[in-house]
Amino acid sequence: MLSTYTYPRYPYVKPPEQIGATGHRYPVVVVGAGPVGLAAAIDLAQSGLPVVVLDDDDTVSMGSRGLCYAKRTLEILDRLGVGDECVSKGVSWNVGRTFFREEEVYNFNLRPQGDHKRPGMINLQQYYLEEFEVKRARELPKLDLRFKNKVIAVGQDDQRATLQVETPDGTYSLETEWLVVADGARSSIRRMMDLEIEGTIFLDRFLIADVVMKADFPTERWFWFDPPFHRDQSVLLHREADNVYRIDFQLGWQADPEEEKKPENVIPRIKAMLGDDHEFELEWVSVYTFQCRRMARFNHGRVLFAGDAAHQMSPFGARGANSGIQDTDNLCWKLKLVIDGKAPSTLLDSFSDERVFAADENILNATRSTDFITPKSKMSLIFRNAALTLAREHAFARTLVNSGRLSVPSVLTRSCLNTPDTSTFAGDMVPGASMDDAPMRENETDFWLLDRVGNHFMALLWVSDPNQTDISMVQACKALADAPIPIEVVLVSRQAGVAPGGLRVFVDYKNRFAERFDAQPGTTYLIRPDQHVAARWRAFDTSALKSALALATGNLQ
Amino acid sequence: MALKLQPNLFEPGKHYFHTFTPGDDFYEALIETHRDLTDDQSALVNAKLVLLLSNHIGDLSVLREAMQIARHAV
Repeated sequence: MLSTYTYPRYPYVKPPEQIGATGHRYPVVVVGAGPVGLAAAIDLAQSGLPVVVLDDDDTVSMGSRGLCYAKRTLEILDRLGVGDECVSKGVSWNVGRTFFREEEVYNFNLRPQGDHKRPGMINLQQYYLEEFEVKRARELPKLDLRFKNKVIAVGQDDQRATLQVETPDGTYSLETEWLVVADGARSSIRRMMDLEIEGTIFLDRFLIADVVMKADFPTERWFWFDPPFHRDQSVLLHREADNVYRIDFQLGWQADPEEEKKPENVIPRIKAMLGDDHEFELEWVSVYTFQCRRMARFNHGRVLFAGDAAHQMSPFGARGANSGIQDTDNLCWKLKLVIDGKAPSTLLDSFSDERVFAADENILNATRSTDFITPKSKMSLIFRNAALTLAREHAFARTLVNSGRLSVPSVLTRSCLNTPDTSTFAGDMVPGASMDDAPMRENETDFWLLDRVGNHFMALLWVSDPNQTDISMVQACKALADAPIPIEVVLVSRQAGVAPGGLRVFVDYKNRFAERFDAQPGTTYLIRPDQHVAARWRAFDTSALKSALALATGNLQ
Repeated sequence: MALKLQPNLFEPGKHYFHTFTPGDDFYEALIETHRDLTDDQSALVNAKLVLLLSNHIGDLSVLREAMQIARHAV
């Protein structure tokens, strides 16, 4: 098979524990250098913590695997310093088309409104994402990335987790205050700890083929129900980087995975689909089944599970890697506060609660898509085909057609870290929502709001004229900024101006912030380090801000 | 009143963050209603549903329009 990609080999370095170092306890160790483990490690190291990452391999993901990275994930990757590389290498897209038999019945646009930095989705082979993350990780001096370090045993007490790690030089033990586990769907740590992961297995098989070809298909997601070239089953086509296309054929449960993987069986399927006009070469082929399941909790004492190790779902909404990276986005700022002694360890319960809530939403949406795509009874099939038939002409039926509800961030409406609203707001920026982006300007430089928000708590205060800010306000803001957990107050205004006391001013020059956040003079949003709304008010009130901060950090007595 | 052909599903008092959610909620409930039934049982459930919903709608002009669309190109 052809190869458009050369797998890097990362050097194994004998760990310090095997050259005499002993008795050191690390604040945090991450197991797994996949997209999720690396995201966690980069986030923690950027916050100033020393981090050790253990991975049993010495290269990146084999095959393209995780392919679609959603807008919210790209915003997180921006914060981690790899967003630009991913977007420039990846293929950006917003439009998906759905076909039933010979005809298009429905299309959607993931980002109907402009003025967001990132597109709805990019397609990028997983190995590129991992390669960019490894590159970023190696730039961070406090990040110790250890390849060919395999965890073979794990234990914990109420102070620490202890690992036995195997390398080409033998085994050593490692102590850490906190252990982040991102070692994938078949998590060996989860198994060693004897923890359950429960859910549903779907009795169907799918063939993935990555093919290399020069074709002028638009950069859209195309999904077929019952197409003439693959009767009674579904097919999905995605464009990837480097003229690679991902084709996903539903095979049915009876298919023999080993037979189906053979090029002599794969190639005719693709030829039937593409016709004779396209020359192509196979790059990677795999047959998969899937499960929708999650662990009951994601934190177990000193051990924190993220990504596929904690939850798995069918691939139709691209919710796997996307939700895994969102797990780490949720976890890392909390872990940093706990390690720094600024929040109680019970704050980590909210990591589990919030991400279990998100996992349930992801599993629900992925399961619904699967049930629509692969009906389990004759009546389900009749309903599905009825919806597809009506969808050609009638808008209501288009909303019922479900070929995958693509990854969008969960709105954490039930989080115990949220301060409930006391006033009425229009729109979706409720406590628990991840923030919408908006174009902004500061000191005559244009930028995107999400590039200047995050990593610490911020309060965004909408004012009509920054020049009119009174001096007592400035002193209150300074007190918030000097607290043990600082809140940086930034003024947001339609109007440029200079606020006293060096308060920053973001100019909402396109009025998008005002629209999206329903902002009026006095409107204040408290934003968490992971760019989620913690609280909002119609007037600036420092004591309300302090209470909301305490609630959002598990410090409310 | 004409037959509504734009998306119209909702649950009173519920705020939706995604336009697909109310339709998916409905569709899941519909498929769930048929779970573990034989084909004949499912057909009977569908017939009862049509009768119940028709009575709820009431307006025969709306029902005739729906019947015509449903029958089209079958």
